[in-house]
Amino acid sequence: MLSVDVLDVAYGQIRALKGVALAVGRGEIVALLGNNGAGKTTTLKTISGLLRPTSGTITLEGQPLAGVPPHEIVMRGLAHVPEGRRIFNRLTVRENLVMGAYTRRDAGIAADLDRVFALFPRLGERVAQVAGTLSGGEQQMLAIARALMLGPRLLLLDEPSMGLAPVLVEQIFDTIVDINRQGTTILLVEQNAAMALSIAHRGYVLETGSIALAGTAAELSDNADVRRAYLGE
Amino acid sequence: MDYPLLVGIFPQVLLDGIILGFMYALIALGYTMVYGVLEFINFAHSEIFIVGAFVGVEILLSLKGAGLLETLPWPLVLVLILVAGMAGSAALAVSVERIAYRPLRAAPRLIPLISAIGVSFFLQDLIRLVESVWRNAFNLVYPTMDVLNERFELTSTLDVSVKSLVVIVAALLMLWALHAIVNRTKVGTAIRAVAEDQAAASLMGINVNRIISLTFLIGGAMGGAAGVLFGVQYGLINPYSGFIPGLKAFTAAVLGGIGNIPGAMVGGIVLGLLEAFAASYLSLLTGGAFGAEYKDIFAFSVLILILIFRPKGLLGEVVRERA
Ligand SMILES: Nc1ncnc2c1ncn2[C@@H]1O[C@H](COP(=O)(O)OP(=O)(O)O)[C@@H](O)[C@H]1O
Ligand SMILES: [Mg+2]
Repeated sequence: MLSVDVLDVAYGQIRALKGVALAVGRGEIVALLGNNGAGKTTTLKTISGLLRPTSGTITLEGQPLAGVPPHEIVMRGLAHVPEGRRIFNRLTVRENLVMGAYTRRDAGIAADLDRVFALFPRLGERVAQVAGTLSGGEQQMLAIARALMLGPRLLLLDEPSMGLAPVLVEQIFDTIVDINRQGTTILLVEQNAAMALSIAHRGYVLETGSIALAGTAAELSDNADVRRAYLGE
Repeated sequence: MDYPLLVGIFPQVLLDGIILGFMYALIALGYTMVYGVLEFINFAHSEIFIVGAFVGVEILLSLKGAGLLETLPWPLVLVLILVAGMAGSAALAVSVERIAYRPLRAAPRLIPLISAIGVSFFLQDLIRLVESVWRNAFNLVYPTMDVLNERFELTSTLDVSVKSLVVIVAALLMLWALHAIVNRTKVGTAIRAVAEDQAAASLMGINVNRIISLTFLIGGAMGGAAGVLFGVQYGLINPYSGFIPGLKAFTAAVLGGIGNIPGAMVGGIVLGLLEAFAASYLSLLTGGAFGAEYKDIFAFSVLILILIFRPKGLLGEVVRERA
């Protein structure tokens, strides 16, 4: 579904990604792990077109994404929940969701609204509330719900657990599994490697801008280096 | 002190202040909407505003030349010049953004500001050139329509002309329409989304450049409407007439809280009222020591005081969240 090859990205003189290659198959949950500063966010931003690579290829369902601006990439079935949520604080919950469906003209919008309210009942109770006044967990739910309103086939999630209490993290991860079961492919960036590997099918480990390890979730969970560096053993 | 006089002129001064305030509010919207989206002061907006007045006067003069000004129904003429002035200013605002600001989007903040100041001077002299070649004139007088100058005596001390009513009704309609667009339509929601977070908006499939153009278009249209109303109300324009009202409208936008749309409306009205009251009451209250010409000093002193105590403006947010 998504394939990234020998991707190089730089911020000015600083090379953030060096030859990153990864692939996500239809229906999978793929985890992209790594320490702070490894380049996970940079990878997602480049896939969704927010950053331009210096070289390398990205293809989505066989179509190259090079040079395509983000607002056109999302219309090809890719949604990106950015790091730090980036919901529209001054808009209401409903307006945030309407922005998710901004480009859509189809009849399925109402059904998708029902679907996100089924996934996140707390948002349904707060449709008229200004989003900036939601709790951190609710804001993360809104960020994911807003992305689902795009009707994506591939969902990129950047650290959905960031800053949330453990019980909320569990809840969000359960929902991610539900979303995947309902047919959306997921590329999940996490520092919380244990949680990510518990729901992922496969995973990659990014170290200072390059893929250091790749494997199934079980292989990575058993790997001695991963256990030491990312699972706190 | 002549208290009956002070009380007697109050309603008239209030009315004048409101009219002036609506004018400032309409112009201020252009500054504040662009600032809200780009955090950039469109210094050329004063010329975008006055171009609306020139479009209006050109149409009126042509109609007059063709003998149509007296024969066409006056509401039709008014709608025509308003729509044409709005279209002219909107087209100009969109072109200015496209040509002079967009290529500088990634440059340090001072650069587009300097570009805007350059555009402002360029447009002033372009208007002057065109008008001197075309009409051999510097000042242009809005042709009068007799109906517009009719006055209704509401009380012995308050009368209101038809044109003042026209200005008030038109301004209210514009402000209402803008409010409805920004708050009740999907594209208006997108303008607010882009103002808050361009990258996140682009991830929603929103074409950010198109929304920025739309912002200039709407702000320009409001400025153009203000230009036409300015011409109708005050009657005389020249290529530099936009500058001072533009500066005051910008001040009104800051007063209300720059970037905040209701703030621009409130700031405009407050500044208009301050100015009108200062113009009428300063000399009466000081026994002539300070004449009406001190109105700007008074208005701006109040402004400075307000901003000292509320630096974000009357309706500005106290804390600005930015991801
Ligand atoms: N806007 C930026 N300008 C310069 N360097 C950046 C910027 N964003 C990230 N970097 C650098 O790029 C590297 C990768 O960052 P990032 O992709 O955010 O990592 P991660 O998401 O894995 O924590 C880091 O060294 C970071 O300092
Ligand atoms: Mg990151």
